[in-house]
Amino acid sequence: MSYIGIIITFVFINNFILTQFLGLCPFIGVSKNVESAVGMGFAVTFVMALASISTWVIYNYILIPLDIEFLQTITFILVIAALVQFVELVIQKISPALYKALGIFLPLITTNCAVLGIALINVRNDFNAIESFIAGIAAGFGFLLAILLMSTIRVKLDSEWVPKPFRGIPIAFITGGLMALAFMAFDNALLNNLLG
Amino acid sequence: MLKDFTKGIIKENPVFIIVLGLCPALGVSTKVVNSIGMGAGVIFVLLGSNIFVSLLKDFIPEKIRIPSYIVIIASFVTVVEMVMEAFIPALYDSLGVFVPLIVVNCIILGRAEAFANKNTVKSSILDALGMGIGFTLALMLISLVREVFGLGTITLFPIGNFSGVIEIPGISNAPVRVFGLAAGALLVMGFLKALFNWVGELRRVK
Repeated sequence: MSYIGIIITFVFINNFILTQFLGLCPFIGVSKNVESAVGMGFAVTFVMALASISTWVIYNYILIPLDIEFLQTITFILVIAALVQFVELVIQKISPALYKALGIFLPLITTNCAVLGIALINVRNDFNAIESFIAGIAAGFGFLLAILLMSTIRVKLDSEWVPKPFRGIPIAFITGGLMALAFMAFDNALLNNLLG
Repeated sequence: MLKDFTKGIIKENPVFIIVLGLCPALGVSTKVVNSIGMGAGVIFVLLGSNIFVSLLKDFIPEKIRIPSYIVIIASFVTVVEMVMEAFIPALYDSLGVFVPLIVVNCIILGRAEAFANKNTVKSSILDALGMGIGFTLALMLISLVREVFGLGTITLFPIGNFSGVIEIPGISNAPVRVFGLAAGALLVMGFLKALFNWVGELRRVK
């Protein structure tokens, strides 16, 4: 798959939240206002890009030579947990302002399905290092796009009347469902038309 | 003691009340059989992790407890992955990436942190069974709605002459396909959660 193909696939066609259901917890939990949604989106994108490349290196240079691919789940989650901790420390040191903006989201990212998801999907698709990295960034931007759209809709929803049992989480799911319907317009036919 | 078991099924149902573990709940709920497989995997991992965490609660240092829990959970998930791949490869393929993703299912880490590290082994086992069954029932409910309307069938395990697929007359030749797609999953989840809120509200008023 070409690089542009990967980007379009992971941002739109296989959008992590709206078609793959990866990263739903923050999508519902952290989308109540635009600012925190954007913060979460960028933090996830950053970690996903780093996780893609580091899990690729570990899978290809440690797990495969030692013939212990069956340990991929346990290795990947440890790498991601360590990575998140490391990113937290680095950001805290280098840019206290950025840390203030992203800080509270970072611990949540370890258990975000999207991060472990991209690492596993890269392995399943046999992506090379550059493809993995691009897929990580693209999937992160797909997540950012969905959570940003969701938060702007939810801010508007706050001022609308909603039947009582639907307030809060249910209406968020239904909004997500309608967004997913709209995203169905992006399919493989689109990719074929764009790239031939 | 019995309350540790029953609370997870309805009152603190992990999917509909606490709203955890959503990714697999929606991702695999296209067919009833997938939900049962996923539920069984989660019950096994939850049981294993709750037992180990409650046994080791006095030995794990406070500061590294979360990474320790993750290692325990990931080990059990690897066991589930290998067993499923070896004995039920068809189910393993249809669950796909969601089998290894049991590691990051918030329910399991949540129960380790909120229950197993404060309670005895016995109540942790009951808690794991209750939460696991609650999760499985929630998944089965979502997948039942989605499969009946989306495909017009109910898929269970094949036994003997029974192929495992029950066709529902009237729907199976003209199903509402959107229920089986991503959008349908989110919509069904939204309406079911609203139903749970409504019933909860009615019970509180009484």
